[in-house]
Amino acid sequence: MIEVLDVYYTYPNGFTALKDVNLTIDRGECVAIMGENGAGKTTLIKHFNGLLKPTKGTVIVDGNNTKDLSVAQLSRKVGLVFQNPDHQFFSETVEEEVAFALKNFGFQEDEIKRRVDQALERMGLTQYRQNSPFNLSGGEKKRLAIASVVVFNPDYLILDEPTIGQDYLQKLEIIDIIRSFLKEGKTVVIVTHDLEFVVDLRPRTILMSQGRIILDDTADKALSNLKLLDEASLLPPQITELAYRLFNSPSLEGILDEKDLMEIVKPLIIRRMKQ
Amino acid sequence: MMRVFEGLRFRRIESPIHSLDPRSKAVFLLVLSALSILYSDPLTLTVLLIIQIPLVCIARVVKFWLNSLRGSAVLMVFIFGVNFLTSYFYVGGFTLEGLTMAAAMTIRFVTLIGAFSLFFLTTTPEDLSLALEKLKIPYDICFAFTAAMRFVPDIALEAQSIMDAQKSRGLELEKGKIIQRIRNTLPILVPLFIRSFQRSLELAEAMESRAYGAIKKRTSLYELKMSKNDYALITFSIIFMLIVVIIKSF
Repeated sequence: MIEVLDVYYTYPNGFTALKDVNLTIDRGECVAIMGENGAGKTTLIKHFNGLLKPTKGTVIVDGNNTKDLSVAQLSRKVGLVFQNPDHQFFSETVEEEVAFALKNFGFQEDEIKRRVDQALERMGLTQYRQNSPFNLSGGEKKRLAIASVVVFNPDYLILDEPTIGQDYLQKLEIIDIIRSFLKEGKTVVIVTHDLEFVVDLRPRTILMSQGRIILDDTADKALSNLKLLDEASLLPPQITELAYRLFNSPSLEGILDEKDLMEIVKPLIIRRMKQ
Repeated sequence: MMRVFEGLRFRRIESPIHSLDPRSKAVFLLVLSALSILYSDPLTLTVLLIIQIPLVCIARVVKFWLNSLRGSAVLMVFIFGVNFLTSYFYVGGFTLEGLTMAAAMTIRFVTLIGAFSLFFLTTTPEDLSLALEKLKIPYDICFAFTAAMRFVPDIALEAQSIMDAQKSRGLELEKGKIIQRIRNTLPILVPLFIRSFQRSLELAEAMESRAYGAIKKRTSLYELKMSKNDYALITFSIIFMLIVVIIKSF
């Protein structure tokens, strides 16, 4: 369990990025954190593995205060995949890149080999294992970045903007990967701007704006709350927008994709046809 | 260490010092540097340091200026230590001269850091480039110079992101033996260099698509002009230099 209690964070330049943030993430949950640029999303997730320590308040991971552990120790549990893969690759081959974290955590040689094989297979990178990480395409780089973290099998997987620069098929692949983690009982936290992605995954959704959490609810409720979405500089999904215009009712909830809309529209059409 | 870079970064503040021509500020910088290298008694060097303070105050960059001095504190201690120990073993004991000498070397370092910090804190990279052009330095070189200055804060930010990413993959930078720590900087330096190369290639493409180098003779939107204040600073610098030289020759 990750507990964030009354957390404030002020950067050395004086900018306060988090204000009075309270949040509990249970084992096995899937959570999306959304909000405008500069809302504090990345600052918040950097607290989960201790890269940042709160200026005020506490962050507790499985009973341990993050102030008492080093980032390397916390990362064993909380795997954080950063936005820009170019900010981490340094090895000559894809294989070595994936093995890096395992070597840091002191795994045995044969265990490293087994896990690297498994992670490459899972991310569909096996055929590139001898290639240079720098020669991969954008989508492959992103998958390699994820592989280099999931390889040490952390209990919590935190993904910062996993869908940026990915086409729709690649997004679906990432959704599949996330679903398979959830099935294993892992906790997945995703920072994203991508509405389509959230609509497909339907996680618990947290909206942030100007360093505060302004909503923490189901995706159905969060993405139907036009007022708060606007506050977090997000547009509602197009289907939700369409439903509002069709029915002109502010109490609609949870109409996020075409299936949701069909459920409401179909009986209406059938009724009209019978008349 | 980051603090030293911060102390060299331009701050957009309106002050009489900021609006000076970079060439007159360069004369002042040159005079201070030359004198502080020429003379090595603590008193002269202290005067060279103190003379900067009014200018720092007028430029309203006291905080940043002190920050860059503080950032180089480790080096100051190192310089003092090395000089003191050298004299200690050379003369074979604790002497007043040894102490004075070590103090002088440290003050010289502070004076130089202060002078350069004052110059860069108050001079925009664009002005600097214009000044270099006026000195008949080819534009390509001026541009490379200002681009390098401009990217320092970006690279510092990027280094931070890279450190965060590698720490998140279990790289221990907070503990460990010194040799291990040095070896552990490799996963930081490699991506940093590769990103820098990528960035310069991207910059080159972006510049070429905006017709960089299409015309041999460039004209400037802003022209540097010397004002009364500039001539005042240059005159002051020269007179100050003459006074110091004359006093020191007796």
